[in-house]
Amino acid sequence: MSRGSFVSVARAVAWRNIHNWFTNPALIVPSILFPMFFFTAFAGGLSRVDSIPGFDYGAGYTTFVYGFVLLQASTFGGIFTAFSVARDFESGFARRLMLGAVSHGGIVAGYWLSAIVRAATTVTVITTIALLTGLEVHGNGVDIVGLYTLALLMNTFAMLFGTGVAMRLRTMQAGPAIQTPAFLLLFLAPVWVPFDLLTGWVKAAASVNPVTLVLEAGRGFLAGEPEKILPAFAVVALLVAVSLLWARGGVRSAERAA
Amino acid sequence: MNQVLLLARRSVVRTLRQPAMVVPSLVFPLLLLSINSSGLETTTRLAGFPTDSYFQFALAIPFVQGALFSANSAGTNVASDIESGFLNRLSLTPLRRISLMLGQLTGILALGLIQALTFLVVGLVFGDGIEAGPGGVVVLLLLSLTISLAFGAIGAWVALRSGNGEAVQGVFPLFFAALFISSMALPRNLIETDWFRTVATWNPVSYMLEGIRSLVIEGWDGEALALGFGCAGGVALIALVAAASALRTRMVRT
Repeated sequence: MSRGSFVSVARAVAWRNIHNWFTNPALIVPSILFPMFFFTAFAGGLSRVDSIPGFDYGAGYTTFVYGFVLLQASTFGGIFTAFSVARDFESGFARRLMLGAVSHGGIVAGYWLSAIVRAATTVTVITTIALLTGLEVHGNGVDIVGLYTLALLMNTFAMLFGTGVAMRLRTMQAGPAIQTPAFLLLFLAPVWVPFDLLTGWVKAAASVNPVTLVLEAGRGFLAGEPEKILPAFAVVALLVAVSLLWARGGVRSAERAA
Repeated sequence: MNQVLLLARRSVVRTLRQPAMVVPSLVFPLLLLSINSSGLETTTRLAGFPTDSYFQFALAIPFVQGALFSANSAGTNVASDIESGFLNRLSLTPLRRISLMLGQLTGILALGLIQALTFLVVGLVFGDGIEAGPGGVVVLLLLSLTISLAFGAIGAWVALRSGNGEAVQGVFPLFFAALFISSMALPRNLIETDWFRTVATWNPVSYMLEGIRSLVIEGWDGEALALGFGCAGGVALIALVAAASALRTRMVRT
């Protein structure tokens, strides 16, 4: 199998998915609107939270919420792409694709490229709105690269994990199995207040949740006070590595069924 | 009356037989309640916050959030009847439009009652009770059902106007926007951002939440209840009239 076949399959799959996403309002609108509503609701509705004793994030509450919504939008860019994989299997298209494509790795790479484009589009919209409504970026250029690299890696992890599930189950009924773990990982982290201000079982869950490290590192980059960089990158790299193996198993499962 | 009962029974059975409609409408609101109440407990330290338990404050949210799922379910059911041709066949019978609308929405009210009772039990088990007492529980259930009817009628109207389930799904994020940009997370007087407070003040969902919240944390507050019932009833009435009009148009086309 040549490198050319890998690239051509990846490019064709990516183009088809990106085209579908941009031309189907039922796909593009919710994936942009949900993080936007989330950002608006919590940055606007909870802005008073930064006056709670113990809230010590210097860049302000809008920036604090943006740190979360950026990771959420990136992660769900990957999750929604995995939904497309499931939809393609349910419609029979993916089965034909598995039979026709020389490189099955190229198929996953194509979905990955489309996940990046989807997440980048959503993040661009949200960042624009955030800048208009008070986002303060105190970090320098290197910090910003670090922040968006973390977001890209979370997008990759979510897409690979979701694709592994979608390729094993091969039906849209896989939706909850794709979405729920990502939802829990994201929301069982310090979403609205810093870790020290969490209480109850969410604090216990956040203390062992790997996304807590990623979120705190991302917020550190935004505030210009980078913290926990190495542990955060190590955690997210591990998540990507494990989900890559998981997705590879999904491809094998789909090959057997094709 | 017989016509309404037959359609109502069909609507209830059809709604409750679909776990995909019932389970998420119970699980997701409770999951968010659990996460939010633990994550935002420290906001009760803000001066002027009306209670020292964020769980009590947030307990109103699942009631309204569950009703949003009802809108989706009602719309999807009606759209499915249109797509399958069931509505066309009904138009050949002497069935009255109002009977059809009430019958279609009974399943959603049944789902709304199950949701409200579940959220109420969770509130009583994990919270500090309902401040307004047993009478307040009855009023809370009535208000919750009115809210379910209001959102269910909006879902039915969208389905009747568009004739397909995809349009109903497409409108779903707008319902969530209405919930998010309300006094969901903080009381309106504690919302610092001016434009957000203005939108929340004009948003009827704020008053639905505040009506339920008043029974949970304050006791009997006539103004909050009047506004809650007024907004929910008003939205329900407007949506029902719009849905009936859309139904007439669709039946004329048929």
